[in-house]
Amino acid sequence: MKDFPFLSILTLLPLVGAAVVAFIPRARGNLAKTIALAWSLVVLALSVVMWIAFQAGGERFQFRESYQWIPTWGARFTFATDGIALVMLVLIALLVPLVILASWNDVDETQRSVPTYFALLLTLECTMIGVFAAADVFLFYVLFEVMLVPMYFIIGSYGGQRRQYAAVKFFLYSLVGGLFMLAAVIGLWVVGGHHTFDWETLKGASAAFDTNTARWLFLGFFIAFAVKAPFFPFHTWLPDAGVAAPAPAAALLVGVLDKVGTFGILRYCLPLFPEASRWFAPAALVLGVIGILYAALLAVGQNDLKRLVSYTSIAHFGFIGIGIFAFTTQAGTGSVLYMVNHGLATGLLFLVVGMFVSRRGSSLVSDFGGAGKLIPVLAGVLFFAGLASLALPGTAPFISEFLVLIGTFTTHKVYAVIATFGIILAAAYVLWMVQRTTQGTLNPVLTEVPAMRKDITLREKIVVAPLVLLLLLLGFYPKPVTDVINPAVEQTMQDVGTTDPGPTAVANGRVAR
Amino acid sequence: MDDLKLPDIDYGALAPMLILFGAACIGVLFEALLPRNRRHGIQLGLGLLALVAALVTVIVERNTRVVTIGGAVAVDGPAVFLWGSILLLGVVSLLLIGERTLEPGGAFVSQAAITVGSQKDIKQAGGQPGATEVYPLTLFALGGMLLFVAANDLLTMFVALEVFSLPLYLLCALARRRRLLSQEAAMKYFLLGSYASAFFLFGVALIYGFSGAVDFASIHAAVADPARSEVLLFGGLALVSIGLLFKSAAVPFHVWTPDVYQGAPTPITALMAACTKVAAFGGLLRVLYVAFDGVQWDFQPVLGVIAVLTMLTGAVLAVTQTDMKRLLAYSSIANAGYLLVGVLALNKSGLSSTMFYLVAYGFSVLAAFGIVSLVRDADGEATHLSRWAGLGRKSPVFAAVFSFILLAFAGIPLTSGFTSKFAVFGAAVEGGQTWLVIFGVITSMLLAFPYLRVVVLMWLSEPSETTPAVSIPGFLTAAALAIGVIATFALGVVPAPLLDLTNDAAQFVR
Repeated sequence: MKDFPFLSILTLLPLVGAAVVAFIPRARGNLAKTIALAWSLVVLALSVVMWIAFQAGGERFQFRESYQWIPTWGARFTFATDGIALVMLVLIALLVPLVILASWNDVDETQRSVPTYFALLLTLECTMIGVFAAADVFLFYVLFEVMLVPMYFIIGSYGGQRRQYAAVKFFLYSLVGGLFMLAAVIGLWVVGGHHTFDWETLKGASAAFDTNTARWLFLGFFIAFAVKAPFFPFHTWLPDAGVAAPAPAAALLVGVLDKVGTFGILRYCLPLFPEASRWFAPAALVLGVIGILYAALLAVGQNDLKRLVSYTSIAHFGFIGIGIFAFTTQAGTGSVLYMVNHGLATGLLFLVVGMFVSRRGSSLVSDFGGAGKLIPVLAGVLFFAGLASLALPGTAPFISEFLVLIGTFTTHKVYAVIATFGIILAAAYVLWMVQRTTQGTLNPVLTEVPAMRKDITLREKIVVAPLVLLLLLLGFYPKPVTDVINPAVEQTMQDVGTTDPGPTAVANGRVAR
Repeated sequence: MDDLKLPDIDYGALAPMLILFGAACIGVLFEALLPRNRRHGIQLGLGLLALVAALVTVIVERNTRVVTIGGAVAVDGPAVFLWGSILLLGVVSLLLIGERTLEPGGAFVSQAAITVGSQKDIKQAGGQPGATEVYPLTLFALGGMLLFVAANDLLTMFVALEVFSLPLYLLCALARRRRLLSQEAAMKYFLLGSYASAFFLFGVALIYGFSGAVDFASIHAAVADPARSEVLLFGGLALVSIGLLFKSAAVPFHVWTPDVYQGAPTPITALMAACTKVAAFGGLLRVLYVAFDGVQWDFQPVLGVIAVLTMLTGAVLAVTQTDMKRLLAYSSIANAGYLLVGVLALNKSGLSSTMFYLVAYGFSVLAAFGIVSLVRDADGEATHLSRWAGLGRKSPVFAAVFSFILLAFAGIPLTSGFTSKFAVFGAAVEGGQTWLVIFGVITSMLLAFPYLRVVVLMWLSEPSETTPAVSIPGFLTAAALAIGVIATFALGVVPAPLLDLTNDAAQFVR
């Protein structure tokens, strides 16, 4: 089982599926949907098997595979996963079938090709899995950039209003970040000296990096990841892209694709440039805290549901950011758990919002009002998704947010205290949004929209049920996930060379330096 | 008095050039002897045959390392590699040049001397078969390029420069449509090219004054001698560089590029963008790496500034363009800047990565101009950007191919555009030229915008009334397109074989 090439198959499988779906004639949209769904379920099944085969307390990197690619540069197809990447891989594999199911009727067959849309989704899945599974810096960079292309066409061809603007903005922002990273990758390759891109070899060599060079290289990587995540002040593309993208694709965008940013910081910035990470940490913490408060305030004021959810995500990424740069195991585990939970909660929120939008034909809050009287069950799901998103105790995000805050409090009290205000703002934007859309007097216009009379369908129930269940399950019993995450986070924190202060240091007595 | 001795000539090593020049002469005879209606097929066949034969001899002689004809020509690794590249790209260009199904009579005018707008001119625009002199002219140009990249002294280099430039000036004037624009392009190219040649020649004279010789080995030795005049050395090097940078389309010697690219018949533009670039940078590499490497610390900063200016100018002005051919021209200027970054690494990987870049870019640009020649309406090619709106709906396959090429130009991974940029930037960082790489990265960001704008136009805009349909390409253009696109993809995904080839070839003889 250990030698089964899980990661390369997991990466390539969706691509094969995409090729199959892309060649289905345009007129047979339903066939394309069915095949895409079945294919993504196979990927999900494989990822679950991989989860079971992963040994939580074992080696840091498992399922390692390496194939020759460009010997002149030392670039190889190297795949390996630690606990952090593993949970993200499974999250992707879980979300994609739900997204496919949720977008079942989203593509207007008369205007756009249905098979192409689903082929693009599967291509996106391939690149996303590849990014998290790569253990070769060159391979990671390649997939990081290629990932833009399918998303660009999904937003640009299948999105709503201002989709062209949003697609180009998304592409250019990410590309600019990516090119900074390219410069850093080249620099890393040269100072790495071995003419290799292998992550572990480079990490071994990283102790000898010149302090100044390492700081520049850190910055190159960090900018790319900060744009991708996005952190304040690199965030302005996300609300536009979130609004313009089809809601299920937006769920994938903020649920998984953006996590590449925070994952990249954990996997590349911290271990490869530990000194630079510590040096830049105060700045990153400040950005994180500003992001939490600023994005939350903006979210309160939004009148567009999709834009509102996008801003809440930026606020959440602020939490993830401070959790990472607090450099404690608790906060780090909290951040990674947050990445998973945010994928589930915001994914659910975006999917439900998408169901609202497709019924009403508008995403403006003011176009709803009292919708709960017409579609009570769906309104209830929206309420639940909102509560999960504001980290109500009992839902999964509460645990991660709590871990991040107490983990940060042990080292950076001021930041933790300020960040806590973000929770209050979160309650404000979620509850006010729910109140304005589903509660209160019924907006008379809604009764004239026939689709608004139809409550949640079976297909939609199948989409939301797994997410609701997981949010509750992980809210009460997160151990299966934390067991996988914890060792990887501990090792990452060791790489940075920090030790947990106070009581936790006793439990974790190893000192890296 | 000494007897005149004939120099040794290694005919085997020189065979590729001899084949091309010989075939070109035969082509001229065909022009004189064959009836007009049979010339096209025979000339095209002869041209392709000659190029393929030359390519075969290059492959056979791939391990030859020799300086021959009295030291005038150096056949070494880079020369052989660049010969192969020029010939391969030449074959593809010739396929584009030979295309006659897109437009009755082909892309070339039948009699260039007829006054524009006269009755005769209108009549000949209507479908008289194009001039077949283009084939021998192309062969002469390609032969000159082969000599240029292998020239081992400055005089041979100058002769080669003229041999490949003169046919190109003529070819630029032969567009079937928009005759005035074409003639203007040829005139501009000729006049500015002549200035550049004059600068080059003046530089050769100064270098001769400095070193007492024109061959690269003697210059190299003289550069190491501190007793000689620095004024002559740097004056000469500067003037020679101007001549070479003009052909490479580096700023500030680039002003001809957009006009000439726009006015010339599209297949000729493709030839210039692909093959002339290889030749120009091949010559530049040899001069800088073989003859003047002793003063690299002196010219590196100056050429570095030129590289930065070239990248910036190309990228910034590409943003403002509204004509597809001009956009590609500015993109080609920016690419000249990236190539200069590779050249200025001044190490072995600089040499090999520049050669890799030349090949990769050549194939992509050929495919790009191939597509440009397909998008046409009743008045010929529709090159204005607004006409490309919604092309993705009307002709998804060609729009997809063109998008792929544009993504390659933008340097997105899994295309040759990425691997080649990575190669030159990596070489430059290794060579201590990090500042050039930073500018390279910044301009890549700028340059992504115009490419992306075209992709948006084609896919995300609604087609307008005036959106032309893409013509179905004939076999020749289709073949050229397929080769260009496959090469762009293959070099992006599996660049290793070509990288190994360039690495093995990256050794000049002196």
